[in-house]
Amino acid sequence: MERQQKIRNFSIIAHIDHGKSTLADRILLQTGALTEREMVEQVLDSMDLERERGITIKMQAVCLQYEAQDGETYTLNLIDTPGHVDFSYEVSRSLAACEGAILVIDASQGLEAQTLANVYLALEHDLEIIPVINKIDLPSADPDRVKRELEEVLGLDGEQAILASAKTGEGIDEILEALVTKIPPPQGDPAAPLKALIFDSHYDPYRGVVAYVRVVEGSLRPGMRIEMMASGKVFEVDEIGVFRPEPSPADELTAGDVGYVVAGVKNVQDCRVGDTITDADNRAAAPLPGYKQVTPMVYCGLFPVESSDYQDLRDALEKLQLNDAALVYEPENSAALGFGFRCGFLGLLHMEIVQERLEREYKLELITTAPSVKYKITRTDGSIEYIDNPVKFPPPQEIAALAEPFVRATIIVPSDYVGPVMELCQEKRGEFRNMEYLDQNRVLLTYDLPLSEIIYDFFDLLKSRTRGYASLDYDYLGHKEAKLVKLDIFINGELVDALSCITHQDQAYYRGRELVDKLRRLIPRQMFDIPIQAVVGNRPIARETVRALRKDVLQKCYGGDVTRKRKLLEKQKEGKKRMKQVGNVEVPQEAFMAVLQIK
Amino acid sequence: MVQDLALYIHVPFCRQKCYYCDFISFPYGREQVQSYLAGLERELKLYSQLLAAKRVRTLYFGGGTPSCLSARELAALFALVHRYVPAEHITEATVECNPGTICREKLRVMKGAGINRISLGVQALQDEHLARLGRIHQAGDVYRSYDLLRREGFANVAFDLIFALPGQSLAQWEETLKGVIELAPEHISTYNLTFEEGTPFYRWREEGRLVPPPEELDAAMYQLALEILPAAGYQQYEIANFAKGGRECRHNLTYWHNEAYLGLGPGAHSYDGKRRRWANESSLEKYLAALAEGRAPLAASEELTLELEQAETVILALRLCQGLARSRFQRRFCQDLFEVYAGSLEKLARQELLEVSPQGIRLTKKGLFFANRVFLEFLPA
Repeated sequence: MERQQKIRNFSIIAHIDHGKSTLADRILLQTGALTEREMVEQVLDSMDLERERGITIKMQAVCLQYEAQDGETYTLNLIDTPGHVDFSYEVSRSLAACEGAILVIDASQGLEAQTLANVYLALEHDLEIIPVINKIDLPSADPDRVKRELEEVLGLDGEQAILASAKTGEGIDEILEALVTKIPPPQGDPAAPLKALIFDSHYDPYRGVVAYVRVVEGSLRPGMRIEMMASGKVFEVDEIGVFRPEPSPADELTAGDVGYVVAGVKNVQDCRVGDTITDADNRAAAPLPGYKQVTPMVYCGLFPVESSDYQDLRDALEKLQLNDAALVYEPENSAALGFGFRCGFLGLLHMEIVQERLEREYKLELITTAPSVKYKITRTDGSIEYIDNPVKFPPPQEIAALAEPFVRATIIVPSDYVGPVMELCQEKRGEFRNMEYLDQNRVLLTYDLPLSEIIYDFFDLLKSRTRGYASLDYDYLGHKEAKLVKLDIFINGELVDALSCITHQDQAYYRGRELVDKLRRLIPRQMFDIPIQAVVGNRPIARETVRALRKDVLQKCYGGDVTRKRKLLEKQKEGKKRMKQVGNVEVPQEAFMAVLQIK
Repeated sequence: MVQDLALYIHVPFCRQKCYYCDFISFPYGREQVQSYLAGLERELKLYSQLLAAKRVRTLYFGGGTPSCLSARELAALFALVHRYVPAEHITEATVECNPGTICREKLRVMKGAGINRISLGVQALQDEHLARLGRIHQAGDVYRSYDLLRREGFANVAFDLIFALPGQSLAQWEETLKGVIELAPEHISTYNLTFEEGTPFYRWREEGRLVPPPEELDAAMYQLALEILPAAGYQQYEIANFAKGGRECRHNLTYWHNEAYLGLGPGAHSYDGKRRRWANESSLEKYLAALAEGRAPLAASEELTLELEQAETVILALRLCQGLARSRFQRRFCQDLFEVYAGSLEKLARQELLEVSPQGIRLTKKGLFFANRVFLEFLPA
């Protein structure tokens, strides 16, 4: 009990780019968990993708020792959270493992959409919030404005906010003290049956799944038989420990502790984020609340450029899935693209990360089809099904009703841009819900929007129409009926399944025309005219023609340098090999991505 | 059995480099020519056994601009070649000439050395185009030099023409063709302008300063040549080559028949007629340095696989209007052409690019315009 009083479990929450990672590094440095040199190395070693995108993809949990001004040594468990709306469920599970949170706000930017979303999540979990106004060393810093926003928008005490600069180290001591004095120690009976919350996991090729847990009640020891309450699977604990930040085995984790468990779990599907671990021989009566199995929101087809890479793609997806319970995939066979996989993702970012990892880490060349959402289809016979692939849409006459997923989007934008943003939301079939002034200059807009529009180009347009000032967050609402149609593309009279997409009927004409025009420019001229048509139902709505090539011949070939001429031909052949054959037309890979690029 | 050999001598000097040309050439200079001749002699010496063992049938001096050498230098060049190459089997000996650099004296040297064919780099008959190409000659030089050639008794003259020039109209191309026909050389080659990396033309096109004509016009110009030249008695015998009866370039036929040739001089290419191709150093310095050390001045060498040898044999033969005889392929590889390329032949015939008969294969009229598409099919995957 004495020990439990000296534990503080906390997260850092922030809008993207407000300085969360730098602050976390600074705290590690200050508590001696990292040296200056290691700090640099750690930054260098972390996943390329994270560094490039400035976001945290995978969470970490670090156990720190801090000697407070009261002379006592405290154990601080820092639980990092992913900073993107795609991973909001993971964020909520991390927060559920804490008693407090540091809320980082950029002193120049002020509150942003994700700040709000994160604060609401933290409040839902009854967390003690320590507001930190970061980057006060910047000339554009305006901490007073941020304090006002904290009070007016979030109802937090602005005067309590700590002014800091993670870059220079200013305010870090104050933050560490606040962690000790403001955040309550964990509760929970170490003698009760075990309840430990899994808030993250990763797959280690040598040890199997390493689960990151917060022990809420009871205790965990090596050799125990544990049960995953949602999956019902039972394992024996090989090792437990904490990250300092390197793994450090321990004899016991008890109520209030944060650490890791290795129990011979072979894949992350058996060790789901949000699940409760209990003692298989002394089960808890009920699991911890809030578990849900995350379901993909965005789907797309992934096809190897070289059809012979299919097996490699399967192996790579399998490996990625070991570490990513949210990734789902099933084999798909496209007439145009051959064998590949239909994959489901939490969101666009998640999709892009998976694609990039497949390409970079597994050296696969992929063709990605346009992302789609999961549509709810009510057939004329009354049956209901969910379809995430336009190819699988039933013919229009068999469809009684169509519904698509909607999200509630919160957008924070400088008041000058309210007009353009509302216009954009209107264009994207948004339904206005609310508008609120955060202060004289900033407005919080709430709209219900189709998820398909968000994954299409909404975010890019929002950024460009507000010169990058708008921030966006959204929550899944459910399916809503909409007038949707399937847009098909015919190249030289042949339906190209991989180019079909679902669109609102009012936008079908525009999208069809744009797509056909784009394809005309992407498909190289061949020996015959190639008509390209966009068709809704049986009705052609747009048509273009790729004019026939007149000549493709190396006129000059003498003088003996046969090798060079052959190399030119080989290059040409290589280019053709990378094309996909649709009927007798060669279609370059980029064409299959064209659907994505229509603005 | 003594085998035939085609001998190519690269003369890598020009008065001025044309803007589109990517052949190996250096600014003409007396000292450079002397060292080149010394190097060439060494190289001939290196190959003397080979040259003695073969029957050299054709001899071709290409460039660069061989005719930019002085009469005395030309005489020295021919003398040293004849020292190593027996003349008795040579049926065709060609020198590439620039209309701006020939004179009676040089022609007499050539004639005296057994040169019986002159390839004249005419390119176009409009001064504006010649200037734009960076040629040192004008249309007037073509008439003058052609007249001189005939007067000096050269009975086999070939013209090189270039079409699809920036700013060239179909009418101008027709004017060139007709003007050339009127002169009545024995042989005409028509090449469309290509933009080769490293040339000023390439750079200018990248910079947008030079706009190639639309592909439709390029095709129309080629079509025009295909109509006008045969009507004037020039039989097309290769994609870009036309000749009056019996005046096909025998030396170049060696390439298209995929038979052995030896190339000497900087940047020259050689083929042993089977599985090995090699190329000389293209820098004059490296070329000379290697020879000074008694080494062959090789820059690259390639061992062909059987598949590649077959592919090259087919591709080169298909450039010829007569195409490839099935028996020829059979003789060379002891395999049936139709079995080796069954799928490709069927596909190309269906696309009407290839005429397939029991005797062999050749490009169709359409195939002439899409020869690259045909060739691709024969390359190993």
